[in-house]
Amino acid sequence: MVKMESSTLSFFKNPTIIIFLIILFLLPHFTQNIHFHHVLIMFLLYATLSQAWNFIGGFTGLVSFGHATFFGIGAYAALVLLKKFGLTPWVGMLIGGGLAALLAFLIGYPVLRLKGHYFAISTFAIAEIMERLFLNWKYVEGAIGLPAPVLEENFLNFMWYKNKLPYFYIVFIFFLVVLLLAYKINRSRLGYYFRAIKQSIDAAEGLGIDTAKCKMVAFILSAFLTSLCGSFYAQYILYIDPPSVLSLDISIKIVLVTVLGGAGTVIGPILGSAILIPLSEYSRILLGGTGKGIDLIVFGALILLISVWQPQGLVGLFRQGRK
Amino acid sequence: MEILKVENLTMKFGSLAAVDNVSMAVKEGEIVGLIGPNGAGKTTFFNCLTGYLQPYKGSIFFKEKEITGLRPNQICRLGLARTFQVVQVFKEMTTWENVLVGAFCRTRDVRQAYAQTIEVLKFTGLADKKDQLVGNLTIADQKRLEISKALATKPKLLMLDEAMAGLNATETKEAIELIKKIRAQGITLIIVEHVMEVIMSISDRVIVFDSGRKIAEDVPAKIVQNPRVIEAYLGVSFHA
Repeated sequence: MVKMESSTLSFFKNPTIIIFLIILFLLPHFTQNIHFHHVLIMFLLYATLSQAWNFIGGFTGLVSFGHATFFGIGAYAALVLLKKFGLTPWVGMLIGGGLAALLAFLIGYPVLRLKGHYFAISTFAIAEIMERLFLNWKYVEGAIGLPAPVLEENFLNFMWYKNKLPYFYIVFIFFLVVLLLAYKINRSRLGYYFRAIKQSIDAAEGLGIDTAKCKMVAFILSAFLTSLCGSFYAQYILYIDPPSVLSLDISIKIVLVTVLGGAGTVIGPILGSAILIPLSEYSRILLGGTGKGIDLIVFGALILLISVWQPQGLVGLFRQGRK
Repeated sequence: MEILKVENLTMKFGSLAAVDNVSMAVKEGEIVGLIGPNGAGKTTFFNCLTGYLQPYKGSIFFKEKEITGLRPNQICRLGLARTFQVVQVFKEMTTWENVLVGAFCRTRDVRQAYAQTIEVLKFTGLADKKDQLVGNLTIADQKRLEISKALATKPKLLMLDEAMAGLNATETKEAIELIKKIRAQGITLIIVEHVMEVIMSISDRVIVFDSGRKIAEDVPAKIVQNPRVIEAYLGVSFHA
């Protein structure tokens, strides 16, 4: 009998997942190493970002190379509103999410009609345009970038200087919520609709699926969640400029993490992020000084290996192992 | 009652009229066969009826409601389902998941949709293969799955585009049985097929297409004697 449990509870009945989550939560408490905390936070951030990207790029199969746009909007919304209007980043985060969703709706209307490579190219182009716009936008300091104002350390200000643990807790909750959301959607009608669209859009339409609407839902949801991550990043780094939050690097990193782990699966983004982010962070430390980009060469080699030997991503390896 | 009515339907690709001023009607509970040589416009006609192509001219009425220009998903929700000549299955899903996607057309609830799925799979005889990935199914089973998916959307009118092409004699016989069972459920059928034995034995009425035009419409016994049909499609041997 096929299991049809769709309740949230069934997720937490899986002992592997529970143990993993508990260990993950306790991990930063074993050491005072700030850099280790940083790697953990980045791991969770990218796992969440990839999970968000997965809705449109993985499940629905529309590979977006423009997610940095939504990330950047979230980052700028939080910091600009805090700096110019004294608005707490928590509200700025929601406003940013709303703006990203609105933008996704506007660009989605033409762009979501495109298929395959054309969708990828157009999202890429939009992201490039956005970066140029922000680079020349005086109000947000253009290419100089926007440092966060120095405010008191507290929850409302979303700022901590000495200790990274509060950031860890926040991103951990983000990660957990988005993970649960992905898990629930994956097993719901919407999840089946996303996958049906990916595998045959004509068949999907013929079975009563409003494919245009479903793609739009996936795109908006993905943009909204990506933007929240952007706001978090801005409050965590406390300085943003277009290259650090709107550049193609970020778009590509999100895609790589998901594809390496396994696009269109709930576990894939976690696996991908667990491998790529520490690799990227530590190779940057070890090799960064010797010449910029060695970490990226390692990245590239890894992607090559995966795409040749395991096109389904690391998830594919696990599945084979189980059989 | 007429469940489907088509008036002066024309579909053009550039200057070529793939479907040229075709009118027809289908009564509730009927099986209507659609035949004609390759390139006669049968599939284009199907695509116009199900919303995959926007007709150049003409109107389509389903259950007395005009459906010309609606999107395929809207037409499916109204109760007009179809299968594809080249099977369009969801390759990375299992058999039951494929049918489940169709069942979601009528319910949001996963359990309900699953119950409906199992019912359909039992009806079409795929129940014992429900956990297989569809890539591993035989062509006959894939065609059967194609029909199962469409049935799961609970159609009133089902249009089959060459659901029996490429099947051997036994499989064809099974497919005919299935079509008769579907009709017994009160579902009206339009069938495009090249296998004459099938069309002639199960259709109540046969419509013949040639070069985008409807050249004949009659009961099977008279169609096989129609000189225009013999010339355009059947050939002399079938006549004898």
